[in-house]
Amino acid sequence: MADIKGIISSLFPQAVITDGEILQITVKNADWHEVASTLRHDERLSFDFLMTIVGMDWMEGGMGCIYYLNSTEHGHTITVKVMAEGDRNQPYINSIHDLWAIATIYEREVYDFFGIIFIDNPDMRRLFLNIDWIGYPLRKDYDNSPDTNPVSIESERQTDFTDVYTLKDGKVEKGERRIFAEDDFVVNIGPQHPATHGVLRFRTAVDGETIKKIDIYLGYIHRGIEKLCEGQTYMQSLPFMDRMDYFSAHPYHHCLCMAVEEAAGIKISDRAQVIRVLMDELSRIASHCLFIGTYCMDLGATTMLFYTLRVREQILDIFERTCGARMTFNYDCIGGVMQDLDASFVPDVKALLEVLPKNVAEYNKIFTGNVIAKNRMEGVGVLHRKEAISWGVTGPNGRGSGWACDVRKVAPYSIYDKLDFEQVVRHEGDSMARFKVRMDEIMQSAKIIAQLIDNIPEGEYCVKVPAVLKLPVGQWFKAVEGCRGLFGVHIESDGNTAPYRLKLVVPCLPAAAVVDNITHGQKIADLITIGGSLDYIVPDMDR
Amino acid sequence: MQDFSVATNWFHALLAGVMPEWLAVTLECLLIGVGLLLVYALLALFYIWFERKVCAAFQCRLGPNRVGPWGLLQSFADMFKILIKELISLNHIDKFLFALAPYLVIIASMLAFAVLPWGNGLQIIDFNVGIFFLVAVSSIGVLGILLAGWSSNNKFTLIGALRSGAQMISYELSIGLSVITMVAFAGTMSVGGIVEAQNHLWFIFSGHIPAIIAFVIFMIAGTAETNRGPFDLPEAESELTAGYHTEYSGIHFGFFYLAEYLNLFIISGVAALLFFGGWMPLHIPGWDGFNHIMDYIPSVIWFIGKAVALSFIIIWFKWTFPRLRIDQLLSLEWKYLLPINLFNLVVMVLVIVYGFHF
Amino acid sequence: MKQVSAQGMPYEAWKDNEYIESLVKKLNENGANIIVGSLDQLINWGRSNSLWPLTFATSCCGIEFVSLGAARYDMARFGWEVARASPRQADFMMVAGTIVHRMVPVFRRLYDQLAEPKYVIACGSCAISGGPFKKSYHVAMGIEDIVPVDVFVPGCPPRPEAMIYGIMQLSRKIKVEKFFGGVNRQESQEEFLKQHPVPDVND
Repeated sequence: MADIKGIISSLFPQAVITDGEILQITVKNADWHEVASTLRHDERLSFDFLMTIVGMDWMEGGMGCIYYLNSTEHGHTITVKVMAEGDRNQPYINSIHDLWAIATIYEREVYDFFGIIFIDNPDMRRLFLNIDWIGYPLRKDYDNSPDTNPVSIESERQTDFTDVYTLKDGKVEKGERRIFAEDDFVVNIGPQHPATHGVLRFRTAVDGETIKKIDIYLGYIHRGIEKLCEGQTYMQSLPFMDRMDYFSAHPYHHCLCMAVEEAAGIKISDRAQVIRVLMDELSRIASHCLFIGTYCMDLGATTMLFYTLRVREQILDIFERTCGARMTFNYDCIGGVMQDLDASFVPDVKALLEVLPKNVAEYNKIFTGNVIAKNRMEGVGVLHRKEAISWGVTGPNGRGSGWACDVRKVAPYSIYDKLDFEQVVRHEGDSMARFKVRMDEIMQSAKIIAQLIDNIPEGEYCVKVPAVLKLPVGQWFKAVEGCRGLFGVHIESDGNTAPYRLKLVVPCLPAAAVVDNITHGQKIADLITIGGSLDYIVPDMDR
Repeated sequence: MQDFSVATNWFHALLAGVMPEWLAVTLECLLIGVGLLLVYALLALFYIWFERKVCAAFQCRLGPNRVGPWGLLQSFADMFKILIKELISLNHIDKFLFALAPYLVIIASMLAFAVLPWGNGLQIIDFNVGIFFLVAVSSIGVLGILLAGWSSNNKFTLIGALRSGAQMISYELSIGLSVITMVAFAGTMSVGGIVEAQNHLWFIFSGHIPAIIAFVIFMIAGTAETNRGPFDLPEAESELTAGYHTEYSGIHFGFFYLAEYLNLFIISGVAALLFFGGWMPLHIPGWDGFNHIMDYIPSVIWFIGKAVALSFIIIWFKWTFPRLRIDQLLSLEWKYLLPINLFNLVVMVLVIVYGFHF
Repeated sequence: MKQVSAQGMPYEAWKDNEYIESLVKKLNENGANIIVGSLDQLINWGRSNSLWPLTFATSCCGIEFVSLGAARYDMARFGWEVARASPRQADFMMVAGTIVHRMVPVFRRLYDQLAEPKYVIACGSCAISGGPFKKSYHVAMGIEDIVPVDVFVPGCPPRPEAMIYGIMQLSRKIKVEKFFGGVNRQESQEEFLKQHPVPDVND
């Protein structure tokens, strides 16, 4: 940590460096692109992974962004705070889309929520909200009355142009850029389409069956969770975690709980830790099982879905007996877990562990070795390691591309550093690799569960926490390995019962953003293969 | 062995006795037409139920069981509903072609019924180029699909129709060649003649290796011809919503739905005819007692039983394999099936010339 | 009064017989012809026993809908497994999940694309009232203002059993409809559509 600080202060004498759990440097917008370029390319730093961009509105303090940067080589993380120039009507920051590919999307998201313009970003459209939406919802002075933006059944205005903003003599100028060529044959896939796994929309330019370009539309299930959290206490924010990536409800809960507990200085019992990890891994198995099923269904092998759901139902039964629900558990709470394990939990999990290897062997027998399946998946949608990092594609997708990005290993949280399991990494980067990584992760999760199930420590499952929890002023960031990749929570507190800003870093948004990049020149059917193998959950990316 | 031609001849004589010959023929044609429609509808409904039950069994489920005993009336309920469902009229489409397409598809499959060997003497028309006629009429269906996709004025249907066109035209070759292989073996194109030629032993046994190869290729190509999984690209649900019939509702969609199952029956019927003796009972040379017992089972049951058994295999394909991609589908046909088929034809000729068959 | 039931469930086992009785009463009051004809009965038998869903799901409830199709709950028993991806061929729409502002026009168009007779089931608290996202700036507060709804299935998400019960309720409601003349649900639907006209589509 100290040496990064030394390097940075020697490289950028103008930057303000703040110590903290994560080192924060503050730079001016004018220097930002240069600083970013050095951070990205300097060999001692090599921050090649842009975790997220947190848009901020400090009211009188101005607007700005906090960039989370991580180096996959050295493993260190810093945050960079950049204040926007210009007044509230048109704040602007220089774009960094040429350094980190994923910044294109993240900057659009910030623009959509805060109205901060990113100079030179080639695609400055709204990301989640309607093209004619009035106001920027995550600004603190946003008018939330339904009259501003009434529900309308009129179709949304469509445009073939994106906005581009450039800076000329200190003034922001607006330009336009065509998305598709004029004579492109554009097929609209989604938002209501069986293979998009929810309400996602691809405008796809095709040449015969070959894909030329994809323009992705999000926001068909954007529910404004980040804004909702700002109006509620931390306890009340927890249930939203279930409803984003509803397959990894437990890990998401775990993450927010950890962040709040750290901020409030609450230490939870060993029993609660073990229970949380057990639940995380069980939901990982359930999630991957459903992935295999739906993915095979996308490829036309419907029957697999029923075989994989068999295991999932068994896990849901285990959850139901302890948590009381099948999908939206709200089980992890601040201070531990909601209630103690059910008496049948241990025998049930043991029964599951017994049937699991047989089932996985069956899946491999039915599907993985099938010649049609191999032809459909091998070499399709290759995502190289460098691209995966640049696009920030984490989780099993990144590991399929050879990027060892498992948060449980890279930055162990909870009790993961004491557990014996392997990080599954494959190097092919194609759909088959992503598929196999998940298949193997099922067995690794089973291994973790097997280590813990006989050693659940005695003790209280939940420590006493004040009913109304106030966090001190400050910033906190926690990341966990959700079922689909890195899930992070950035909390900024102003000392109240509700967060000033709660930013959720989700794994599915990069996974969807990368689709355009890896489908060029492939067939329409490959789009389904690739989309399925990336395994994105639309409510997760839309939040 | 019962011969249904006795009954039909008696009926014809009865009619001809009380009315002029032309009227009798007209009346018989009408009766056959009505009977055919009835068989057609019942078979399709049975097949829909059958597939739903079979796929449920593969997937560890029960399948329809609430409507009627074992859910037998489920497909009837579906048909009632489809009959009275709204026919949506669309703007910006070619209305005439749009309405014509489902009828073309259904007529193609009905015409093929005419030459199927339902039973001993229960064939509507048995003429010297029966097989040729069958191959010809079954390819009208693709026209209906192309029209449906084109006239709907929808990008998904258009892609579905073009896929279907490429697929059907390619796989027609394989079907044709494997049929030719068997016709060469039988020495006749007449359906009745082919069935008769399998009196002592079914072709799949007597023609040994080339016949088995031809059978496998016929089943693959037949699955592709009927647009069923793993070759269901024209209506690939996860890619093209519902493919070429996306815009069809009500009974027009019902026609496509029925025709899909009828084509399944026809393909398995033709396979039964070419390789398993049509209505011919299982005869094994030398086992006279066994052959005699087999003859007691009515020929209609033999034919339909064989067809259903073969359809079961095609349904099995569908619920087991993932779907191919369009380029893989075409390269499978042009790079593998077609050369193998041509080679197989030569082998078959050698087998016939040198008398290697049983 | 005749006891209306559906899908082989005994009349006593239904939880809300008063509702269906009052519905039948209401229909009978307005219409002169009280007795549902036998042809009507046949049509209703077909319709109520053959409900094909549209594959439509936006969020969490959609996953429970998948579970509904799987081996344990197996909606194929009732003949609902023929999920159509094209709205032209589907009979009812299970609105499984939140409907947000951006989705509303798409959702409405999907409804308009369904062929008559069409039904809507609002599944889960989001579709009923906005649910946990009641205060959100981008969530439609229930779908009742957008399309006419036949059955509400509460829950977050509802269990598959609740969904089965909901669709069975729909199937029972169809049984008291009249195809030839008379007053039935379709007219209240027309009234609704008069107040919420179909928007022009020009693309």
